[in-house]
Amino acid sequence: MDRFGNFLKSLTLREMRKGLGVTGRYLFKRKITVQYPEEKTPQSNRFRGLHALRRYPNGEERCIACKLCEAVCPALAITIEAEERADGTRRTTRYDIDLFKCIYCGFCEESCPVDSIVETRNFEYTFENRGENVMTKQMLLEIGDKYEEQIAKDRMQDAAYR
Amino acid sequence: MVEFWELIREPVFIVLKIVAIVAPLMLAVAYLTYAERKIIGYMQVRIGPNRVGPRGWLQPIADALKLLMKEIIVPSSANRFLFLIAPMLSIAPALAAWAVMPFTDTLVLADIDASLLYILALTSMGVYGVIIAGWATNSKYAFLGAMRSAAQIVAYEIAMGFALVGVLIAGGSLNLREIVLAQQGSLLHWFWLPLFPLFIIYFISGVAETNRAPFDVAEGESEIVAGFHVEYSGMAFAVFFLAEYANMILIAALAALMFLGGWLSPFEGTWFESWFTWVPGVFWLLAKTSLFLFFFLWLRATFPRYRYDQIMRLGWKVFIPITIVWLVVEGAAVMADIGPWFD
Repeated sequence: MDRFGNFLKSLTLREMRKGLGVTGRYLFKRKITVQYPEEKTPQSNRFRGLHALRRYPNGEERCIACKLCEAVCPALAITIEAEERADGTRRTTRYDIDLFKCIYCGFCEESCPVDSIVETRNFEYTFENRGENVMTKQMLLEIGDKYEEQIAKDRMQDAAYR
Repeated sequence: MVEFWELIREPVFIVLKIVAIVAPLMLAVAYLTYAERKIIGYMQVRIGPNRVGPRGWLQPIADALKLLMKEIIVPSSANRFLFLIAPMLSIAPALAAWAVMPFTDTLVLADIDASLLYILALTSMGVYGVIIAGWATNSKYAFLGAMRSAAQIVAYEIAMGFALVGVLIAGGSLNLREIVLAQQGSLLHWFWLPLFPLFIIYFISGVAETNRAPFDVAEGESEIVAGFHVEYSGMAFAVFFLAEYANMILIAALAALMFLGGWLSPFEGTWFESWFTWVPGVFWLLAKTSLFLFFFLWLRATFPRYRYDQIMRLGWKVFIPITIVWLVVEGAAVMADIGPWFD
């Protein structure tokens, strides 16, 4: 009897009709596509995008060339050279991040004792020529200046959890 | 001068008629690809192409232009002549079959007596394009695809043929126009009702015959890359593509003609029949064809690809016996003059 039931089930294409029913229902469901350049998905304040170097409010760069980020970087993407500046403080002369090597893990940001290197929310950047993948100190500082307001706000929001 | 015109008049008109069939067909193929992407997108909760032109309406035009501009690469180890002739062999029957397609009672290019036989013969020719393409490419994937496609088409051709035998017993003619006219009366007079199992088997065999999902083992991109057309690019690929979609439309139109009463109005024989007399018959035929085409896309969006041995089992051990059984049933019904169909 059971065999007959199964035979009837497959002969009447029961499972097939069930499957068609599912896709048929989905035809009329609301579409969840996000139309990217016009619409964007919400971003977390912990988003890890393009890097930036921050400054203190008085305009002095934060980085003290401790090289913790260089040491912790699992992809060896950061290269730092440091020297004593004229006023006797320790500063970087070179701070390069190779974005091809970077895996955006955020360890540099975690390790930084002075909150200098951070990852911003910006993920929409491209390179057109060879070599543009290496972000220099100057470029990173400029990014920091540009997004400082957003960066500070995001760190403030996250402060309670660290 | 006048004599010359008299001489070429007939051929010129025939060519014009052919253009009048093929041009809309090509346009329909283009927009069938658009409909396919949209409908499958919708079923996957996406919205499909919507960037080129308003709502993406120009997407198929953009695709066609892209394929036109691309280079046709002929592999160095391929048989050049066969490689280039294969796409033509696959599209020629797909287009030629339209010659006998009756769009209405009077609108048919060639009203030949055995048009159903002609169509059956031509659709079987289509497989040569696939086999020759697979052979000429000289690649193992293409060859596997061609072999699969050959075996599959042989298996389903028989089931399809038997389903059509059922139709011609019921219609009493091999002429498509007369088959449609035999269905006159009402929605219940159409052959889908007395020949229901044959109708389903015809459509499923049609899906298999056109190598469409879930019977697309000839392409089987996850196993054999793209099957018989791995090495085809540009216009040569586009021609295969055109042939596949033209065949889909052909199968859908035939299903509409043979089982859903072709150009006959679905409201025939009801009390509000007269409300729809202004609708041209072509419209009903197109509507029914679109319905079947929608099913093609719906099936593709729903089912995973059949395993190869299951395809063979379904063709040989399920469809052929069912069609034979139903032919016997139908024969008995004809002998007994049953219902509005067989008297």
